[in-house]
Amino acid sequence: MRAWVPPILRAVLLAVLIAFLVSPGWFSPLLKPLVQDNAPAIYNQGSLLTLTLLHLRIVAIATAGAIVVAVTLAILVTRPFGAEFLPLSRSLVNVGQTFPPVAVLALAVPALGFGEKPTLVALFLYGLLPIFENTLTGLTTLPVSVMEAARGSGMTERQRLFKVELPLAMPVILAGIRLSVVISLATATIGSTVAAKTLGEVIIAGLQSNNIAFVLQGGLIVGALAVLIYDGLSAIERVLARRAGLFS
Amino acid sequence: MIEIDGITKRYDDNTVVNNVTMTIEPRTVTVIVGTSGSGKTTLLRMINRLVEPTSGTIRLDGEDNHTMPGYELRRRIGYAIQGHGLFPHRTVAQNIATVPVLLGWDRARIDAKVAELLALFQLDPTLFAARFPHELSGGQQQRVGVARALAAEPNVLLMDEPFGALDPIIRAKAQADLLDIQRLLKTTIVLVTHDMDEAFHLADKIAVMDKGELVQYGAPAELVKNPATEFVETLIGASERPFRLLSIETAGEAVEPGTADGKPLPEATSQRDALSEMLWTGRHALPVAAADGRILGRVTLEGLTRRAAKPQ
Repeated sequence: MRAWVPPILRAVLLAVLIAFLVSPGWFSPLLKPLVQDNAPAIYNQGSLLTLTLLHLRIVAIATAGAIVVAVTLAILVTRPFGAEFLPLSRSLVNVGQTFPPVAVLALAVPALGFGEKPTLVALFLYGLLPIFENTLTGLTTLPVSVMEAARGSGMTERQRLFKVELPLAMPVILAGIRLSVVISLATATIGSTVAAKTLGEVIIAGLQSNNIAFVLQGGLIVGALAVLIYDGLSAIERVLARRAGLFS
Repeated sequence: MIEIDGITKRYDDNTVVNNVTMTIEPRTVTVIVGTSGSGKTTLLRMINRLVEPTSGTIRLDGEDNHTMPGYELRRRIGYAIQGHGLFPHRTVAQNIATVPVLLGWDRARIDAKVAELLALFQLDPTLFAARFPHELSGGQQQRVGVARALAAEPNVLLMDEPFGALDPIIRAKAQADLLDIQRLLKTTIVLVTHDMDEAFHLADKIAVMDKGELVQYGAPAELVKNPATEFVETLIGASERPFRLLSIETAGEAVEPGTADGKPLPEATSQRDALSEMLWTGRHALPVAAADGRILGRVTLEGLTRRAAKPQ
């Protein structure tokens, strides 16, 4: 594929997505054949744009929380004083991943009530592992000679962390965040089963009223968001990796 | 002056460095040699406290190196390692500025120092300051590594196999440059290597480590003449002895009055290289010239043979 094809495809996808969210009526004729007589082809129980923004917000909050906790945890267990907690924290984070999100929701609802909160908890737990694992990999595979030089030039432990270790590990950490965001974007849809305002609402409404057009538009918006955000984060990673001198 | 006094490093039951005492004179090049596992690197790393000794003290200009935190000590001591260890995410200028920035020098002073060092290491500041380490050749990376170690004008420079990763041609150039810079800056250099040619080329004094013990510490010629143990003898190599003696001094120091035909040798050429040149060109004598081109005299095959013979 020619180099200019992917960026153009991305730009087209972004334009179509924005057009659909701002003025879904334009796309009504396209979706009409999928619905039975008189049923609406475009989701009509709320604004798609608002749902999309709420969906993104819930993912952003959960991911931000997961980044803070996972990166902090990974930094702590890679310091000399935290090394003995490494196995423990690894298994804790693994548990978060093996727990099905639906089960987290079911358990969280009695404690937190319906709405956004149980969904945030599930997404947060789900987002931890990829970020934690990648941060750990990034911080433990730094070139030995570089770390030796950092110590030898008289950097304190804190200076080594912020001036050398984190900048060099950043591309790998960002790859973990990217993975975590994409998983969360998809998983957030099931939050609507406990009344969180996400794009899952559109899909659930479609399933309940046997309206394939609803299911399709809900799914496609989430898919398009995932592809665009994945691409955007990949681009940032490449810039950082080049700056870190990892690709010569 | 570095005074190493009864220094011992033990890991559990394994003694890596055993009761080493030696004094390193200021403004000299001291080379620590030994096989791998002899404790030479550990000894070096105890000077800037990258390794903490089990017992004993090390004094720098009379001051115990435990009177300040380790990181402050290390900012005062240059440290260059094999494979340079440059920070890949920082430019050449930022790499060199590492220690001055840690010490809180002002911007203008740092910039001036970086430019001065780049020029000293024959790297054009306009070309190299903004480059990243991966954009440099191996020899250039190594030079930047040494420049970084010298940036805060340390009295002492520790080097751990600094030329180990270089190919032979670049290594010879790097060694010659190091000697020039040492003469210019008068830095006390302590260098660890397992390469005996390198040791004889660079050292004012050689320390031989074997199984954690300092077995001999003296001038290169002394090691050849009176090896303290069989290990030192093996390390020097029986068949290499005459050539080792010749590699210590320069042609300038073997000049005899008289004239000779052929292309003059620079006076800084080692006597070993002078001998090699004579053998190769089939001559019995070669003229020796000073740096300004003035002919100082000649070196002869007979003269060098006498110098290479076992001292009586």
